[in-house]
Amino acid sequence: MLDYQKIKSILKNHTVGIAGAGGLGSNVAMSLTRVGIGKLIIVDFDVVTESNLNRQFYFKHQVGFKKVDALRANLLSINPDLILETHDTKLDASNILNYFQAVDVMVEAFDRAEMKQIIIEKFQIEKPEIPLVVGNGMAGWGNSNDMRVQQYETLYICGDGVSEVADNLPPIAPRVNICAAMEANVVLSILLNKVTNIKVKP
Amino acid sequence: MEIILNNNPDFVETTEKSITVEELLKIKKFSYKLLIVKVNDTLVTKENYPKISVCAGDNVQVIHLMTGG
Repeated sequence: MLDYQKIKSILKNHTVGIAGAGGLGSNVAMSLTRVGIGKLIIVDFDVVTESNLNRQFYFKHQVGFKKVDALRANLLSINPDLILETHDTKLDASNILNYFQAVDVMVEAFDRAEMKQIIIEKFQIEKPEIPLVVGNGMAGWGNSNDMRVQQYETLYICGDGVSEVADNLPPIAPRVNICAAMEANVVLSILLNKVTNIKVKP
Repeated sequence: MEIILNNNPDFVETTEKSITVEELLKIKKFSYKLLIVKVNDTLVTKENYPKISVCAGDNVQVIHLMTGG
């Protein structure tokens, strides 16, 4: 039987990498921390700004802080036992694989489409055995039922696949959180399917 | 030529037995800049679009990537 204690004990032995600590990354990290993931590796170079607060897991008093530092404080106040490795670094094609060598699942949480392409190509070509969960299309509001998960072998794409961020289609908390929660939910399904006989769809 | 495109059977307008990924994207009017292309579950990077072939029955996935996150 897979009760929560058993789930927690499984998750405690696993490591998830998160590339980016913005709208997707900070909220995926929050969900995984709450559910009891053993270790997170989070990389982001950016600083918390006022405009982030409409969707990112930061607080007003943290404006001006480095995101990795602010997120560390927030995550450890949920679960002080979380093993958290953070890097205040700008990721690119040349360094991205270096940070995430030892992850069981990789989560893409970038803003720019160019970076999404880079991480998908790097991981799917050089590390295709590591499941990669990507966020693609989450801008605007409403249309909740358009948010879905599509699996392509070890590549999982969460989002509606059409809503690109624009001035008249801003990224805001509800839809961004749906996408982030989907990513975290996919991570859970991957890890629990791997270890138990109870297999669920992502 | 019949292929599977994004999980649906799809007819490609061509007299050739095989076409390159680049040609397929043009025929199907995939003009977006940032794509992920998989042919038979193998990822094809942009520089290989003119080199990798698609034949009848192949399983092709074309994913349009967008900013946001």
